[in-house]
Amino acid sequence: MLKHLSERWGVFVLGGSNLATISIIVTSPALDSQGAYSALRFIQATIEKGHSVNGVFFYQAGVTVANGFQTVLSDELALYEKWQDLAQQHKIPLQVCVTAANRRGVISHEDAQQDKNRHDHNLVSPFQSVGIGELVAMLNESDKSIQF
Amino acid sequence: MNTLAIINRSTPFKGQAGQESVDLVLAAATFGQQVSVFFVDDGVFQLLTQSPAEVEQKHFAKSFGAFEFYDVESIYVCQKSLSQRGLSKSDLIIETEIVDENRLNQLLSQHHNVLSLS
Repeated sequence: MLKHLSERWGVFVLGGSNLATISIIVTSPALDSQGAYSALRFIQATIEKGHSVNGVFFYQAGVTVANGFQTVLSDELALYEKWQDLAQQHKIPLQVCVTAANRRGVISHEDAQQDKNRHDHNLVSPFQSVGIGELVAMLNESDKSIQF
Repeated sequence: MNTLAIINRSTPFKGQAGQESVDLVLAAATFGQQVSVFFVDDGVFQLLTQSPAEVEQKHFAKSFGAFEFYDVESIYVCQKSLSQRGLSKSDLIIETEIVDENRLNQLLSQHHNVLSLS
């Protein structure tokens, strides 16, 4: 399978003259793996090469990237802010699977209001709380998808 | 129509991978996607009889039985992963196609999108 993935990757990187629309899926956790950071760097490189990214979908542990309560020391990488900047600069939708997010304590204002004991929420714009059907819609409108 | 391959690679109750894979398969099928499901590496353990109540988990594998009603009929299991774990087709709770590594790579390359859940 690794061979298969590297072939997919290889075709994409080397075929520089064929501009593509790419969907990104993040299933790696925000902090405990390099996946979410690699995704960010990959998207930046993709755009620099002239390709377009039609959306990022956060699923499984990837939803923790959207936790607005992440607080890092001032001299550490602020990954959350990097994602905010990316979405703002390039108008890329950042879609978060609501079910996977709620399981992991990443809650939108709307969902927090369903529970009177919950006083705060941590899933805010530019991250959007969406159903998993949005992933299918995103994949149907791209040439390739890459998972991190 | 786009085709989607979903690869299950982890044991049934390692985190939420099993449940979230089933959720994704059924949702994608509902939205008209042609979905194939692959069980590779420790993912083959998801196809054994499970007692999820023992570890206070939901019985997500029950949904495998519903796949055919969602027109998810392409279910593949990696032969090498099975034999490495001392398992065979008769141990599995649903009907699947056992494939060798070459066939696995060939099948995956025929899908537009591949998602691996582990």
